[in-house]
Amino acid sequence: MSTTTLTRPAGDPRVTPSRVLRMEWIKFWSLRSTIFTLAITALLTIGIGSLISGLVGSGDGGPGQNDFGDPASISLAGAMLAALATAALGVLMSTGEYASGMIRATLAAVPARLPVLWAKATVFAAVSFVLMLGTSLVAFLAGQAILSSRGFDSVTLADPGVFRAVVGAAVYLTGAGLIGLAVGALLRNTAGAITTVVGALFVLPGLVQLLPASWGDTISPYLPSNAAGSFMAVEATSPSLSAWSGLAVFAGYVAVLLAGAAVLLKRRDA
Amino acid sequence: MIEVNDLSKRYGEKLAVDSLSFAVRPGVVTGFLGPNGAGKSTTMRVIMGLDRPTSGQVRVNGRSYAQLKAPLREIGALLEAKAIHPGRPAYHHLLSLAASNGIGKGRVLDVIDMVGLSEVARKRAGGFSLGMGQRLGIASALLGDPRIVMLDEPVNGLDPEGVLWIRNLLKSLAGQGRTVFVSSHLMSEMALIAEDLIVIGRGRLLAAGPIADFIARASSRGVRVRSPQAAGLRALLLGEGVTVTNAEPGVLEVTGLDPARIGERAAAAGLVLHELSPREASLEEAFMELTRDAVEYHATTDALATAGRTNR
Repeated sequence: MSTTTLTRPAGDPRVTPSRVLRMEWIKFWSLRSTIFTLAITALLTIGIGSLISGLVGSGDGGPGQNDFGDPASISLAGAMLAALATAALGVLMSTGEYASGMIRATLAAVPARLPVLWAKATVFAAVSFVLMLGTSLVAFLAGQAILSSRGFDSVTLADPGVFRAVVGAAVYLTGAGLIGLAVGALLRNTAGAITTVVGALFVLPGLVQLLPASWGDTISPYLPSNAAGSFMAVEATSPSLSAWSGLAVFAGYVAVLLAGAAVLLKRRDA
Repeated sequence: MIEVNDLSKRYGEKLAVDSLSFAVRPGVVTGFLGPNGAGKSTTMRVIMGLDRPTSGQVRVNGRSYAQLKAPLREIGALLEAKAIHPGRPAYHHLLSLAASNGIGKGRVLDVIDMVGLSEVARKRAGGFSLGMGQRLGIASALLGDPRIVMLDEPVNGLDPEGVLWIRNLLKSLAGQGRTVFVSSHLMSEMALIAEDLIVIGRGRLLAAGPIADFIARASSRGVRVRSPQAAGLRALLLGEGVTVTNAEPGVLEVTGLDPARIGERAAAAGLVLHELSPREASLEEAFMELTRDAVEYHATTDALATAGRTNR
């Protein structure tokens, strides 16, 4: 040990948004669990899409040949389940810091606090959107190839609404993660946040169907996963919002939750 | 320089810090002492801008923490050991913190080397021992080469070699003119490293100042006298304001007379002395006396004695 080696660090001594982004970027890629979770998301999206494309229409009880109108949605069906993985990844980005106490080191380094939340959201959104767009493209192309090899109708990216649906799957996977990140920052507890997000995205739509039809049909399209479903489908199934209204509603959930997380991050003791 | 001004912090019903004021000056090690639950960690969290004061303010180098442009370059802190994601390598932990304050990779490698973690820096921190976690925490405190270093219970969990290393490190940091503020609930540890002391109990300031003043002021002092003619000496010394107790055969504990007067009287009477030593109250005793009423969690010695017997 020699403290005479203490050297004054070079550079402009200031915390800037781009430096906070760099901090979160380093944190994001230095956890093995991040990489595993992203890989699982891709596998689920592509695997389930291919599986359903390979099974749909087979068997006596299934719909007849060409009875299903939306081949793109069939190949992208895996995204709905894979969103569980991105949501969990988002939750862990927030709660992992609280569980370990790392959050106090982070906030001591960035006393303005909010740049940390924005940087986490930006890093997650950028990485997730790029990877998930590639994933949903692969899932789509594989699914269409399987469908057409089995003699069913298939579509291409040039067909109306198809490209939007493929991008929409990446938007949903990314948005689910951002919802997880915001809920994690709000609740600061991994188990509570994952339960909440799973409940809101996956359980609530089923529960709403138990309501009287007139209520259920009114509420249902506005639930986050159903709103996302409307921009992930080429043809909307009723009751459903239009693709763009669905996107607006879904983005609204993400924005409101992140804003709530920002208010509490600023206000609460760390 | 850290200035704490009339600071109070309330968590629900509990007043953790109560109108606390003190200043920590550069160039010396300042010990922050108090029993468990006295409010030391809370005070440190408020200094770091992590907890918001209920009232009062804290200044770090003359500014509030939130106003620091690159806080890691002004004040480095170790608030809890192993406050690091268990899945992240130590190197990346430090690299990410450094990045936020514009501190380069070279400095990260320097502090890793300085705390002796070079060989394990690429391993995931979840497998670190408590001592390695403390070293990593100290590395992160030193990242920005800050003028103020603040450590909460840094010797906890360290082996003797590590404890010695911390002592030398803190002294040399203070020797370089930095402000070094270290909390502990162990007076004996403070006695070895601190020049200044700030003692709190139940969130209130109990004493502040140089450690020597603190010892002098606290507790009674006595003189230990050993003599083969103890009985005669005892009769000779007794008088107004003087108490003499016979601790063991041939040994007297005298209060109310200084060693010089005792020695003179013994010589005048031709009595032989084998020992004449001023008995300073140990720091530990001084601390116990000061904080007796402020200890948060009392264990009665009766209860402990009973438990000890039943265990045997």
